[in-house]
Amino acid sequence: MEFKNPQEELERFRSRIAVAGGFVLVCFTLLFARFVWLQVVQHEYYDTRAEDNRISLVPVVPNRGLIEDRNGVVLARNYSAYTLEITPSRAGNLEQTIDGLAEIIAIEAKDRRRFKKLMDESKSFETLPIRTRLTDEEVARFIAHRYRFPGVEIKARLFRQYPGGAFASHILGYIGRVNDADLEKIEKREQEANYRGTEHFGKTGLEQYYEFDLHGVSGHEQVEVDAGGRAVRTLSRSATVAGNKLSLTIDAELQRIAELAFGNRKGSLVAIEPASGDILALVSMPNYDPNLFVDGIDSQSWRELNESPDKPLVNRAITGAYPPGSTFKPFMAMAALTLGKRTPEQAINDAGGFNFGGHFFRDDKKGGHGRVDMYKSIVQSCNTFYYILANDLGIDNIAAFMGQLGLGSRSGVDLPGEAEGVLPSPAWKKKRFRKPEQQKWYAGETISIGIGQGYNAYTPIQMALATATLANNGVMFRPHLVKYVTDTRSGEKRPMETQPAATLPWKQEHIDFVRGAMAGVIKEGTGARAFAGAGYTAGGKTGTAQTFSLRGGDVKTGHLQEKLRDHSWFIAYAPADAPVIAMAILVENGGFGAQAAAPIARQVLDYYLLGKKPAAPAPADESAVEGDEE
Amino acid sequence: MNQGFGWSTLRAWWQKLVAPLDGPLMLIAGLLLLLALGLMASASPQRLDNQMINMAVALVVMRVMAQIPPQRLMHLAVPIYLLGILLLVGVALFGDITKGARRWLDLGFMRIQPSELLKIAMPLLLAWFFQKRETMPRASDYAIAAVMLLVPVGLIARQPDLGTAILVFAAGFYVIFFAGLSWKVIIGMAVSAIAAAPLAWNFLHDYQRHRILTLLDPEKDPLGKGLHIIQSTIAIGSGGVLGKGWRAGTQTQLEFIPERHTDFIFAVYSEEFGLLGNILLLVLYALLIGRGLMIAANAATLFSRLLAGAVTMIFFTYAFVNMGMVAGILPVVGVPLPLISYGGTALVTLFIGIGILMSIHGNRMLVQK
Repeated sequence: MEFKNPQEELERFRSRIAVAGGFVLVCFTLLFARFVWLQVVQHEYYDTRAEDNRISLVPVVPNRGLIEDRNGVVLARNYSAYTLEITPSRAGNLEQTIDGLAEIIAIEAKDRRRFKKLMDESKSFETLPIRTRLTDEEVARFIAHRYRFPGVEIKARLFRQYPGGAFASHILGYIGRVNDADLEKIEKREQEANYRGTEHFGKTGLEQYYEFDLHGVSGHEQVEVDAGGRAVRTLSRSATVAGNKLSLTIDAELQRIAELAFGNRKGSLVAIEPASGDILALVSMPNYDPNLFVDGIDSQSWRELNESPDKPLVNRAITGAYPPGSTFKPFMAMAALTLGKRTPEQAINDAGGFNFGGHFFRDDKKGGHGRVDMYKSIVQSCNTFYYILANDLGIDNIAAFMGQLGLGSRSGVDLPGEAEGVLPSPAWKKKRFRKPEQQKWYAGETISIGIGQGYNAYTPIQMALATATLANNGVMFRPHLVKYVTDTRSGEKRPMETQPAATLPWKQEHIDFVRGAMAGVIKEGTGARAFAGAGYTAGGKTGTAQTFSLRGGDVKTGHLQEKLRDHSWFIAYAPADAPVIAMAILVENGGFGAQAAAPIARQVLDYYLLGKKPAAPAPADESAVEGDEE
Repeated sequence: MNQGFGWSTLRAWWQKLVAPLDGPLMLIAGLLLLLALGLMASASPQRLDNQMINMAVALVVMRVMAQIPPQRLMHLAVPIYLLGILLLVGVALFGDITKGARRWLDLGFMRIQPSELLKIAMPLLLAWFFQKRETMPRASDYAIAAVMLLVPVGLIARQPDLGTAILVFAAGFYVIFFAGLSWKVIIGMAVSAIAAAPLAWNFLHDYQRHRILTLLDPEKDPLGKGLHIIQSTIAIGSGGVLGKGWRAGTQTQLEFIPERHTDFIFAVYSEEFGLLGNILLLVLYALLIGRGLMIAANAATLFSRLLAGAVTMIFFTYAFVNMGMVAGILPVVGVPLPLISYGGTALVTLFIGIGILMSIHGNRMLVQK
């Protein structure tokens, strides 16, 4: 056993103290080396990272371009308002948060539904509005309670507003929150940087077609942020450039009168200035209020619009394809003259129909129109004349001629989603059907094509374009809604359309003859009742598109359910000798052309030529007849 | 009567007050406290008043401790240790759970964290133990010491509170080391510890494993546990040589540094005062530790020597573990920066240590007298 030796014990202890001191020095040297590494060698790197932490580049969204009519009437504008926004990823329990907010700010069931829909469509790190258009008082109330709501903030935002409500909605379209499909378009245009802070995108109408003109150039702010992402102060900012302004060809007052003329009827009107292709009015009824879509539409309103049997969201002017009925006849006549298959004087004897291949194609007048030349065939809308003419021309000639007129192909109007319609031909049929027996073209089918029935299906804008081309002596302009785009930065006005798209090889004498016959329709034919005492000359043609469901039915016309009634067509231009306006009107289930569509044309032309404003929607002329059709 | 309130009376009273205090220790500790106040004013100004009160309390405790002679402390060693163990068992059975750990014991009138007590009780007991051996310590003595050390360390680690467990273990180990544990055993232990590391891994809590993994690759979890280390290293690195200036650290003022008034206050300091500031702090700690080791080397009894050495090395452990973790070379454990982090408990513990050192220094000649 070794007893304690104080001296030895002390020496051993002191040597251990020395070791400990050495250990401390080694460790501190290690720390010092680490500090040198971080603060000297790597300083620049960490300095950059600290700056990245501190400074956040916040995109500033530019003011969206205005939309004005041809006279400077504002159709779409922006206003600034406060919104209450939630970042779901930071807000914790959403239900609780919203319930808590509802105690200090009015949040309706509608707001909750809309928020839910936005949640489903968005990524969780986005901020989403729960309420828009807060009053100053609500803003103050929220700020007092802000500490209770992490992830909730007030933002000042610009909102799109369509001051006319439903007015011209099918032209303007609307904007909505950016979705994946929009992002793809943005990427395709390589506009990602410019759209970084943008939350809205044109969804339809001009808002969609001219999205990249209307958007403008984003600016950004350098903001110092804290660890919670809250902005502490602004360090610098670069200016935004507001979106370009669209000046439309539309005459807002004419558009208003045209919309009113429809009353609560469904249908479409397209009015074009023949010498330029300017669209003066483009109506599709019923319409809808695009303002509903701007903050994100709630699901109930969306369902109502989307599932309504009247289809208010469908732009009938460019996507509704209807058989043109008798409005097809002037163009058939023009084809006959141009191709030399008829002279104006050549007449037929109409005994009440045309027998072809064992099938009797009836005329609309019992016992027939008797002796019918080309003038009378248009003025009185004689079917038999066109049955025979169609047979003589043959389907290929008809298809080629009508194709040149723009029927069955997109007009190229500056709106998204335009439909082609159907220009029937053997080639079309082959493409359209799969079974060989359906693909075959039957000569009998050509006969009903001649009077604008059968497979024929054209959009109102195509019929308006054809009418305008005829009114402009065969010189065709691409119809367009934007007259010019005003560049915000340079102030330069960029006109959209100056050159004719095509000049058809028509003889002036043939044009004059057909237009003379169309003037006859207004003077003494099927359009005469609607235009009695008009005080100006005009050319026109009524038409009735048979609804397919009617075929073979044994119901009486007068007592038909409304949705089974024929569609009413009217094409017109005025004044007759030097037209300044040409149009096509379609009234769904309106009956004969003279019944529903022609009175609308009268109101529109009365305003455009005489400045007369109607007191009430155009009355339906129940006693009018389409020739003597059916 | 009038004389009682005279200048000389006041002077005598003051001299009596400061008599047990050690000038160098007081000076270094005072500088560190001033630094702490300045930092608190930058990192968390609203806590400044509270921390001043904490400091005042801690200084009073230090003064009391400085007056207690080591012999008296030696008598208290066993009762304090046993009380500490008792309280730890109490915590394990009845403790309150805060943030997933059972560390606090509610005594009805106050909540205490008994593990804190062990930081002093542990070296006290072991120093007493080695003092009481009549012979040079034998292997069996070291074994007994190891058991006395590992019981509370195990209890604390189980709470779980890895930071305190490490500190308590270190405090006890320093005593054993200073008592002369042979190098063969120390090296053998170190080797077997490294060998057993994979085994120990299985005993760690998920969050503790996570912290170790995070240390190895903080960027892997930049928004979770790695955030602390990433943000603190950014703060240190961006401070550069001269620092960004007092209250001008963007990482601090924009609240990117987590726990910036407690465990991560060193990141605040480092960002605002840079490498030069860090050198100053290292020097202050080195001086404090140097003074402590000097006191240990000159102490009168084995008990005093062992206690002074261990207490001094606790300071070092606090400082090294804290700065190492904030600088990203040690895992994140809950160890404050000594004398600087916000909080009364650690501060009082540390000043008890300083008070003990002062007492030992004051009594270094006692035996000869």
